[in-house]
Amino acid sequence: MTTSEYLEILDSKYGVSGNEKEIRTCVNELFSKYCDEVSVDTLGNVIGIKKGKNPSAPSLMIEGHMDELGLMVSDITEEGSLKFVPIGGFDPKVLPGTEVTIHGKEKLFGVIGAKPPHLISGDRKVPKTTELCVDTGLSKDDVSSIVRIGDIITFNTAYTKLDGDMVAARCIDDRGGIAIVLRVLELLSNFEIENDIIAVATVQEEVGLRGAKTAASHIQPGCAIAIDVCHGTSPGVSDEAFPCGKGPVLTMGPNLHSKMTRKLIEIAKRDNIDIQLEVCNGDTGTDAWEIQVAGMGIPTSLLSIPVRYMHANYEIADTSDMETAAKLIATFATTLKEGDCLCW
Amino acid sequence: MLVKELTSLGAPSGFEDAVRNFIKERATADEIYTDSMGNLICHKKGNGKKVMVAAHMDEVGLIITEITEKGFLKFSTLGGIETAVLCSKKVLIGENSVPGIICAKAIHLQKGDEVNSPLKLKDLCIDIGANDKESAEKLIQMGDYAVFDGVFTPFGNNLVKSKALDDRVGCAILLELMKEDYESDMYFTFTVQEEVGLRGAQVAAFNIKPDIALVVEGTTCSDVYGSKPHNQVTNLGGGAVMTAVDRAAISDKNYYDFIMKTAKEYDIKLQIKRTTMGGTDAGAIQRSGIGVKTAVLAVPCRYIHSPVSVMNFDDADCVYKLAKAVLKNIERSGL
Repeated sequence: MTTSEYLEILDSKYGVSGNEKEIRTCVNELFSKYCDEVSVDTLGNVIGIKKGKNPSAPSLMIEGHMDELGLMVSDITEEGSLKFVPIGGFDPKVLPGTEVTIHGKEKLFGVIGAKPPHLISGDRKVPKTTELCVDTGLSKDDVSSIVRIGDIITFNTAYTKLDGDMVAARCIDDRGGIAIVLRVLELLSNFEIENDIIAVATVQEEVGLRGAKTAASHIQPGCAIAIDVCHGTSPGVSDEAFPCGKGPVLTMGPNLHSKMTRKLIEIAKRDNIDIQLEVCNGDTGTDAWEIQVAGMGIPTSLLSIPVRYMHANYEIADTSDMETAAKLIATFATTLKEGDCLCW
Repeated sequence: MLVKELTSLGAPSGFEDAVRNFIKERATADEIYTDSMGNLICHKKGNGKKVMVAAHMDEVGLIITEITEKGFLKFSTLGGIETAVLCSKKVLIGENSVPGIICAKAIHLQKGDEVNSPLKLKDLCIDIGANDKESAEKLIQMGDYAVFDGVFTPFGNNLVKSKALDDRVGCAILLELMKEDYESDMYFTFTVQEEVGLRGAQVAAFNIKPDIALVVEGTTCSDVYGSKPHNQVTNLGGGAVMTAVDRAAISDKNYYDFIMKTAKEYDIKLQIKRTTMGGTDAGAIQRSGIGVKTAVLAVPCRYIHSPVSVMNFDDADCVYKLAKAVLKNIERSGL
């Protein structure tokens, strides 16, 4: 399957930070196709191990986070509407006129409404999340029998193929990363490789890189590649962003292991794999930040897919960048041999 | 009622072809024709007064004004759309329904005032995933229209969410009303360009020269959290809405009273619109030629002019029943 096909499956499942059950079940099944062992740890990270021939070769952890942004019900109003608080960081400007699913005792459809122009006069203001609510179309009593305070609300979007290899989806951040992990496993399934490959889908990245911390401590791999997203260039966004379709972005800086990252650059050069380079002087804001210092420390690299409109209802990326990332990681994985030294 | 089918069609002001063709195929009348503006007129001959029943075919939408060097689409609105509902929404562009997403600058990259400043239309554009202008131009031309991708979704207590309920629900009601027999000389008129200034209705009324007109609409409803009762305008589930006064027209008093009386007689729920904001084709029809007695019956729609407008099926049914009763009895109304 292509990364685009994996992404479409993964994007159809929900998993707001701390409530990743639905996506976890899906990832577990997909990992099981390619891994010898799949387990779920205490926090809910999914860990799949594909055994290598040589237990002494350094194992490689490849990971993406499976959680997404969402809302949590904070109150039920007299009208039967739901007040909410955000989980993860997003822009209230994208909320008016959005369709949602409320994950109560059963799944309910709802909309976040918006005042029409006929009823607004004067200056417009950005709505505060506290002023918005979800219209369930039900009375307070009916809603209360299905929805409880603390239930999760997710956004309804349809996976949409755009021009060329571009796609629009709800959470390419970071289901795109998991899609790449799956594609790497698939590419490696025909190879007998030396080292163990440990595929990980982490939880609670959006609220503070929490899953990655325990997963990496527990696994203690020989090295790790975190896969996440970075900003794609789009109207009004060029300085801190990378163009879509020019390859995944490899980051350099103190958060990442320079020797390992150099090796990835060399492979890309050797095999004519398109990559873009980014320099980050500190915290990359990704799971790589926690993985690097987990347990006794882990040599870590970071590959990112340029994504436009990160954390909006729809994110857009080029799936060819994901294919390229998978190819680079798979090639790197086959080069790890016993005695390979990633230390200084 | 064909609300689902009608709302699935893309037809903003000036681009009503899809809806016109759909209705033309299903209309039951003695004479069906399209005038120079594109209004579709379905004439059911009768011996009484000349009665025009109107619903507008157009919905609010967007029009592509520029394709940028990088392949993004700049746009203007067709009709009144709050910029606030555009950010990060999916739209379908042109007759081939090319999908695009209205861009939204990532929250991480917004600096200073940007976070709390309302979006401006000029800062928005549509992303169709094109690499550059050349690729975009293979799919899109300047002047193409775009509509919300707002699928008809029943939910809640007998409600439905969809784009374009204003005024496809009116079109659907007219198609049902047309199946009935009337004494009057009936002109079921599906107008164009209501959302950009009641343009179609003006021409249609001039040509038809009706004695009486009934406009069937979707109207504002704000009976939601945070709205005080006097600001709610109408209530979902409160039945048909009649307008006394709006920005465009004041209903004929005798006609208004006759509708009120008919609703009581037939035991049909009727509410009066509690604002004077907004306007309908009644404004254009009332002042055409030597003047026409007009009234408006409407289905309340929450979040009107957004991708997620919401109506209650019972309200649509009330409008249908009341309109039917009014039209069947209009010869005896003394108007």
